[in-house]
Amino acid sequence: MELNQLTIHELQEKIKNGDVSATQITESVFSRIDAVEERVHSYIRLIKDEAFAAAAKADENIKKGDIKPLTGIPVALKDIVCTKGITTTCGSHILHNFIPPYNATVVEKLKDAGAVFVGKTNMDEFAMGSSTETSYFGPTRNPWDMERIPGGSSGGSATAVAADECIASIGADTGGSIRQPAALCGVVGMKPTYGRVSRFGLIAFASSLDQIGPFTKDVEDCAIMMNVLAGYDSKESTSVDIEVPDYRQFVGRDIKGWKIGIPKEYFVDGIDPEVNAAIKKAITVIEQSGGQCVDISLPHTQYSVATYYIIAPAEASSNLARYDGVRYGFRSADVRELLEMYRTTRMQGFGAEVKRRIMIGTYALSAGYYDAYYKKASQVRALIKRDFEEAFKKCDVILTPTTPTPAFKIGEKTDDPLQMYLSDIFTISTNLAGIPGISVPCGFTSGGLPIGVQFLAGHFEEGKLIQVASAYERNAKIEKRRPAF
Amino acid sequence: MDFETVIGLEVHAQMLTDTKIFCGCSTKFGAAPNSHTCPVCLGMPGVLPVLNKKVVEFAMKMALATNCEINKSCEFARKNYFYPDLPKGYQISQYAYPLAEHGHVILDVNGEQTKIGITRIHMEEDAGKLMHDEHNPVSYVDLNRTGVPLIEIVSEPDMRSSEEAADYLKRLHEILVYLEICDGNMEEGSFRCDANVSIRPRGQKEFGTRTELKNMNSFRNVQRALEYEIKRQQYLVENGGTVFQETRLWDDAQGATNSMRSKEEAHDYRYFPDPDLVPIFVDQAWVEDIKKDMPELPLAKRERFVRDYQIPTYDAGVLTADKALANYFEEVVKICAKPKVASNWIMGDVMRFLNEDKLDIRQCPIKAESLADMIKLIDEGAISGKMAKEIVEDMYKTGNAPQDIIKEKGLVQITDEGELVKTITSIIEANQAQAAEYRGGKEKVFGFFVGQVMKATKGKANPQLVNELLKKMLAG
Repeated sequence: MELNQLTIHELQEKIKNGDVSATQITESVFSRIDAVEERVHSYIRLIKDEAFAAAAKADENIKKGDIKPLTGIPVALKDIVCTKGITTTCGSHILHNFIPPYNATVVEKLKDAGAVFVGKTNMDEFAMGSSTETSYFGPTRNPWDMERIPGGSSGGSATAVAADECIASIGADTGGSIRQPAALCGVVGMKPTYGRVSRFGLIAFASSLDQIGPFTKDVEDCAIMMNVLAGYDSKESTSVDIEVPDYRQFVGRDIKGWKIGIPKEYFVDGIDPEVNAAIKKAITVIEQSGGQCVDISLPHTQYSVATYYIIAPAEASSNLARYDGVRYGFRSADVRELLEMYRTTRMQGFGAEVKRRIMIGTYALSAGYYDAYYKKASQVRALIKRDFEEAFKKCDVILTPTTPTPAFKIGEKTDDPLQMYLSDIFTISTNLAGIPGISVPCGFTSGGLPIGVQFLAGHFEEGKLIQVASAYERNAKIEKRRPAF
Repeated sequence: MDFETVIGLEVHAQMLTDTKIFCGCSTKFGAAPNSHTCPVCLGMPGVLPVLNKKVVEFAMKMALATNCEINKSCEFARKNYFYPDLPKGYQISQYAYPLAEHGHVILDVNGEQTKIGITRIHMEEDAGKLMHDEHNPVSYVDLNRTGVPLIEIVSEPDMRSSEEAADYLKRLHEILVYLEICDGNMEEGSFRCDANVSIRPRGQKEFGTRTELKNMNSFRNVQRALEYEIKRQQYLVENGGTVFQETRLWDDAQGATNSMRSKEEAHDYRYFPDPDLVPIFVDQAWVEDIKKDMPELPLAKRERFVRDYQIPTYDAGVLTADKALANYFEEVVKICAKPKVASNWIMGDVMRFLNEDKLDIRQCPIKAESLADMIKLIDEGAISGKMAKEIVEDMYKTGNAPQDIIKEKGLVQITDEGELVKTITSIIEANQAQAAEYRGGKEKVFGFFVGQVMKATKGKANPQLVNELLKKMLAG
């Protein structure tokens, strides 16, 4: 196996044993990028020189015996996290030239842990999308089928891991943007509890829903990444100051006696039969692993998409107001007065989906509509949150499909926003409730497309997710395939 | 027609914290443009606000000082609008759940007390400033002020005249400065006021259509703008016109208000709770802590001065208008124990000197101790009131103690009877004719002799003693 195909924990062993250098790993990753990137388009920007400089530094540290959790590990960053001195676009024309003078807290943490940054990955513009097709920089392709989307919005971060163009990556999940592409690309993706990972430096889409999380090749790597990412940040008011356990200790434990909730609302018509079958099989594996499946109900599930598409655009309409051409980013040339500058800059700087959501959000917050839309949605959100609180009285974790279908074709849903929105139907409630979720590969369709199973847990119970996902991964023995291209 | 005026005021006061409300940048006024900025107050992508707790505590002080109820929980909301001085495209303010509500301020005009209701006090961030190039079609943005903490104090429509409005403003200003939470500088914009004004036929219950007045940067301008606007509205109504709900700008040079935007053009700010900030919970223990830290407020001080020092209400009002002045007065009285005399000297000569030089009492060269000593010297008869006038001027110029000035100038009053008897004897001898007139009943001549004695002693003679001796000796 090539070095770029290995996991963090496998590479760490080799680094510790002196078998490989950080530079060798980085070389392996970049030669893979040279071979496939043109076809996959995982990245908006590669930072090769910086990567090799970081690798060389890592090698110096390794020689000194100073080996941190991610020393020498090539990591890709979604282009939504700010990187000091490195253009951060958020997949948008309006930020195509924006160079942040600061690092996101997670970037600092990864750097401190020894990570080698490979580049900034492609994404739906401002994370608004489920297919990475709304990126100003063109779509990303699913390595398992180049005609298909990788999911989104963190599509590039998912494909970079799936196509071995990095060892692990960072995504952000507002309504499923980590878990959905993880499922469609056959990798592990976790959305932590709201408040668990700092949002400082994460370009905001919907502030009350956004959360940063990792994409990895297996569950143990997910635990390693979470050990680095999680923790209180005084720069964020919604960050929660509670102790972070060592997530790696949950890897390899069994789940004997655990109650696994199966919500009936998540097994409805419209689910792809092959996805349905794979999830049924996953339930069997869980039972064989000692888990006891219990039927539960999350009665307000049917309102989650509608609720989400009020709250997220409302917050976005305000969060994206700062892109006005005054201080940074794109400014339309050839304008004579202020209103014209605002209008033209935003008209030319934002893509269609972003403009659609700004309009929906602006409408939902307008005088006379606020109570009917935003306020009502906030109330329903509270009910959805309560559904989960009730459910977790009856079970340890919840098991659901991550997505209703495997990856769809490029262009298939771009003209039908509602169909596109429904691809997040199983992931959206998690963000509304603020709870953590993880998607783990659970098989392939007959056409060779990956399928994901999702586990959900109560607030700050990421440890439980690692434990159940790791037990599932160990016992499901999903065959190891790599995309053939 | 007899009209009644209805006025409500919205006051914005900058809080005197060292750092901004949501980041660590300095709040100092007058720095080079954009030098007090960081990614947070510049509204760069991905940055987040963290509340400065001091701002909440300062706002709580104002809430307590204006008899408000402090809400157990409150939250920040976003006020959305586009303007180049507003980097995020929204202002973080408070909307549905403000910090404090239902307060009042008491106005005391000529002994008559009026209660003006306070609807709410909330916290928010200030915006930046635009500067327009006079010669080129460009504008510059200075974001130093962006994120400077403000409180907005909204009154009930309880004021019935421009004078009352001005008085209310002065009271608020006084309280803010007393609390040391705002420097009150209107020119620099630390204390700003918008006014809502309407008129209605006296006796009518419903309010008339109101206009909102902006851009008044002094107490005087607030009053002038209100007076102009009241007249304008009356003229309209009396001549069959209609008052439209609109925002009007005060033009100082023109002495008039001009329409800025109509109700139809009014912004829809699309307020919603700011998801980047968490609700603020204020428990009783926190309120008690703040209460412990509260200074004596102007009204209480005024009442105490009248009661304890037995000075007129007017004097108490002048002396307590500035906390430093009140402290100065109390220091003087503590030493000389002559409150009314002290009040006269401070309100008279001392304040006249200061006003002429545009200084305030903190910069006064006359130490409270020196003024007290001077009052004591008059009381002991060591100097006359007339001499004191001269001495106090020297004290102001030099900052010296009165004793030193007296010694230096040889100004000590002649209280030696023997010395004065000699002087008077020689004066009577030299003016026999006048002495005869006096004895003949022409009492006016007495003044002539006093003048002669004072002239001979260069004004140093103790006047009372001169009177006594002259009467005795002329009669003799």
